[in-house]
Amino acid sequence: MAQEQMRPNNQGEIRYLTPLSVDNRKKKYCRFKRSGIKYIDYKDPDFLKKFLNEQGKILPRRITGTSLKFQRRVAKAVKRARHLALLPYVTDLMK
Amino acid sequence: MNKYETVFILTPVLSDDQMKETVEKFKSVLTDNGATIENEENWGLRKLAYPIENKNTGFYTLIEFEGEPTIVAKLETAFRRDEKVIRFLTFRLDKYAAEYAVKRRAVRKAKLEERAAQEAAAEAAPVEVAPVVEEAPAAEEAPAAEA
Repeated sequence: MAQEQMRPNNQGEIRYLTPLSVDNRKKKYCRFKRSGIKYIDYKDPDFLKKFLNEQGKILPRRITGTSLKFQRRVAKAVKRARHLALLPYVTDLMK
Repeated sequence: MNKYETVFILTPVLSDDQMKETVEKFKSVLTDNGATIENEENWGLRKLAYPIENKNTGFYTLIEFEGEPTIVAKLETAFRRDEKVIRFLTFRLDKYAAEYAVKRRAVRKAKLEERAAQEAAAEAAPVEVAPVVEEAPAAEEAPAAEA
């Protein structure tokens, strides 16, 4: 009897040895550095779309995790693609 | 000598022959000024992401060439003078871009050959199903004929 009464009490009270980290998100990384891509091709609009939002704007580094060096190159490639009408300058619901 | 890449869009109103003629004209502008053409790609009629001069499609052509920097200005004046060109972009390839271009060319060539082989196989298959030996030469002939 005594043991059965103990169990519900113990379940109600959860204890952790280490404090829970609330923001345990994955660390961002630069996909170009990781996969060894050196040149970003403007001729491939489907790939470049990964770096654009729905309106066709270039996403900031803080969201994509791209390093500064490659962010500059992404921006250049996107702008070239836009000039050649491979990507739109402005749009709604691109994907 | 630098390596350059140029892409230009021609109006969709042209016939196929006119389009090829225009491309040849720009190629001769390059070769007459001492450039060597390394690669040429015809992407065909493509949809534009936004209308240019009230047109929604265009013929895309890519040319990679090697030449002196002065040639770019000459090429671009030729583009500006021609009303058939609705958009163009020319830039110098840096070393990474040049590496990529070589790789891209190889991949593209392989793909074209594969497609040609598949088409040849598809053509050969319904006619002669049983002899497997005769399919192989047919597949090899097609890319040779295209090149």
